[in-house]
Amino acid sequence: MLDLHTLEIIAVIAIVTALLRIFPFIVFSKSAKTPKIVEKLGKLLPFAVMGMLVVYCLKDISFTSVSGFLPPLISCIIVGVTYTWKRNTIVSIVLGVVCNMILVQIVF
Amino acid sequence: MRQTLKKAFIATVPVLAGYLALGFGFGIILNANGYGIFVAFIMSLFIYAGSMQYVAVGLLVSDASLITVAVTTFVVNVRHLFYGISMLDKYKGIGKIKAYLMFALTDETYSLLCNDNPIVPESRKKQYYFFVSLLDHMYWIIGCVLGATVGSLVKFNSEGIDFVLTALFVTIFLEQWLTSKKHVSAIIGVAVTALCLIIFGSESFLIPAMIMITILLSLYKEGNENA
Repeated sequence: MLDLHTLEIIAVIAIVTALLRIFPFIVFSKSAKTPKIVEKLGKLLPFAVMGMLVVYCLKDISFTSVSGFLPPLISCIIVGVTYTWKRNTIVSIVLGVVCNMILVQIVF
Repeated sequence: MRQTLKKAFIATVPVLAGYLALGFGFGIILNANGYGIFVAFIMSLFIYAGSMQYVAVGLLVSDASLITVAVTTFVVNVRHLFYGISMLDKYKGIGKIKAYLMFALTDETYSLLCNDNPIVPESRKKQYYFFVSLLDHMYWIIGCVLGATVGSLVKFNSEGIDFVLTALFVTIFLEQWLTSKKHVSAIIGVAVTALCLIIFGSESFLIPAMIMITILLSLYKEGNENA
């Protein structure tokens, strides 16, 4: 199923995505000095963005049924507790994913 | 150079796991919808955006118009505007590889590079950024192609494996939280996004959330260190 329209769709997605990633660099490259407010945002944003991404990943949970929110919630708590305790990224991620898969596939 | 590559590899191991799993899932879905290994390859090579590629399968199957495709891509990926702003200084004057570094700035690569990495000496930073970006990109391509290849051969229940990404972001969020003194920015990020999700729904909350975060952080005045 490789027709022209398939390639066109892929090209458009690739171009729009790349433009979004490059845009800030183009806008702020003209002036030798980055504006103060943008510099400040650059420093503060990483913290806010990680929070935003966590919420973004959990956007599809629903509270209308137990299976709609308990698996990701429990898995997140496991990741959070083990990470705060051991500070080992890989161990926490593996535990969280295995827990989530068991909950989604077997328990609920 | 070897040393830097090794450090980059160690730093990217969580992304390796995440991208293999997520790319694999994407490849399987793509395959199930009748698109082969080649499509998986060019998509992972040229688009290189996780959630957008999942959305793209729907667009391909429904034969969406190019305008629809462009608008959808903009909405799903508009968050990437934030990443460049944080990397302006780091990528300044970095030379020829800058074009690639900008292109390859995904959620995960950004999350690895946005913090100052004390593990690499200043003179090796350039190489480190490049290796992290390139390794992540390679993991993604391998995951997608592998999924498309294996998808037609083996059937297994991968439901729930997409939690990899959530888990990765939770650990990074916690790392930032535990190593900084002020949490205003982190709290704004979570609270504003959650609020917008409730108000605007899961289809269209990201843009209002980004606008509100930008406004609130711009107004924030106190000492910016470790905010």
